[in-house]
Amino acid sequence: MRLPLLALLARGPAHGYELKQDLEQLLGSAYPQPNVGQIYVTLGRLEKSGLIEGEEVEQTGRPNKKIYRLTDAGREAVSVWFQKPEDEPRVRDEFFMKLALAPQTGLADQIALINKQRRQYLNTMRNLSKLAAAEGRDNRIAHLLIEGAMLHLQADLDWLERCQEELEELE
Amino acid sequence: MSDVRAPVLLRAEGLVKTHHGEGAPAHAVRGVDLTVTRGEFVAITGPSGAGKSTLLHLLGGLQRPDEGSIRLDGRCTDSYSEARWAEERRSGIGIVFQFFNLVSNLSVADNVELPALLAGRSPKQARAEREALLAELGLQGKERSMPGELSGGEQQRVALARALVNHPPLLLADEPAGSLDSKGTREVMRLLSRFHQRGQSIVLVTHDARLASAADRVISFFDGRIVDDAELDGTTPSRGPGISGVLELRD
Repeated sequence: MRLPLLALLARGPAHGYELKQDLEQLLGSAYPQPNVGQIYVTLGRLEKSGLIEGEEVEQTGRPNKKIYRLTDAGREAVSVWFQKPEDEPRVRDEFFMKLALAPQTGLADQIALINKQRRQYLNTMRNLSKLAAAEGRDNRIAHLLIEGAMLHLQADLDWLERCQEELEELE
Repeated sequence: MSDVRAPVLLRAEGLVKTHHGEGAPAHAVRGVDLTVTRGEFVAITGPSGAGKSTLLHLLGGLQRPDEGSIRLDGRCTDSYSEARWAEERRSGIGIVFQFFNLVSNLSVADNVELPALLAGRSPKQARAEREALLAELGLQGKERSMPGELSGGEQQRVALARALVNHPPLLLADEPAGSLDSKGTREVMRLLSRFHQRGQSIVLVTHDARLASAADRVISFFDGRIVDDAELDGTTPSRGPGISGVLELRD
């Protein structure tokens, strides 16, 4: 949550609730809604580490709100974030371990494991399709996020298919 | 698997089909039992060469099984002649294919109206059906186009209109998005879902899991056999991160 918040503040000062709403609008309903408490805690930490600074603004009849702005160090942190490529997505290593170890244990069948895993992915895929259908057509960022998740799942399903082809031959 | 109260639309038992080509015989379908109830949307997935298209062709009478039996709406088809199957495909079963199979020298309107006329509709009825379907599929203004002038996605929508013009109880779709880009794939998926929601029974063969996930039930087909048959209820077991895990952006 740290860097997305810093990146939002690179546009200009904002308060915590605004940041939550901006993030929700940008990423759409597919993305787990950011918890407002978590956002305030993160903002507090960012302020403590000197990446942002907050200024209390008085409001008539309501509690003060705190407007945050990015410091030079914060701007630098966002630049570094954009410069660095991210790690590759993780392989489903826990499932792979089950698949690799199942025959030796006599406690699970590899094909049954694959079938169970496939059902799980297909159900998630179905949920993603539903989310995509419910998301407004013009929110391109949200659609790209969902499509990315679907393509990852598609790759996982293709890999399960490979496992099944390979292991069924052995049977 | 499915609701026991829903009437059975298609029941296949013990289907076997072996292709005898140049090399060793290919056992495309090796003993398949399959029941589809009315209103169900079933996807059959599996690697290429698993025999899933052959299975669909058997269900539509495009190929005949070496062994086994198919009942459609309670009628046994085992003694059907080619002509009787052709009749079935005009009114009882609609089919869409990967490469659309439109008649290239007929206009879009004629491609859609032809099966209606062959089924004995009046030209006026055929025209009304065609107009309604093309409008529904977002193809207004394309009536006079020739198939070759349309994009792949548009041609597949015409093929869908043609398949549905006689309101067949069953729609068979063989890799309907197999030659489309990702936008065309989404479009096909949306349309199949829409027709399904109105009660259309669909059997879809695809290697694309995204497309398959539009179905209520996914059958995994390997090496000529059904290896898994799963109802998709759209829920994931609570122990897993499921959808939010896939979408989680890391801190």
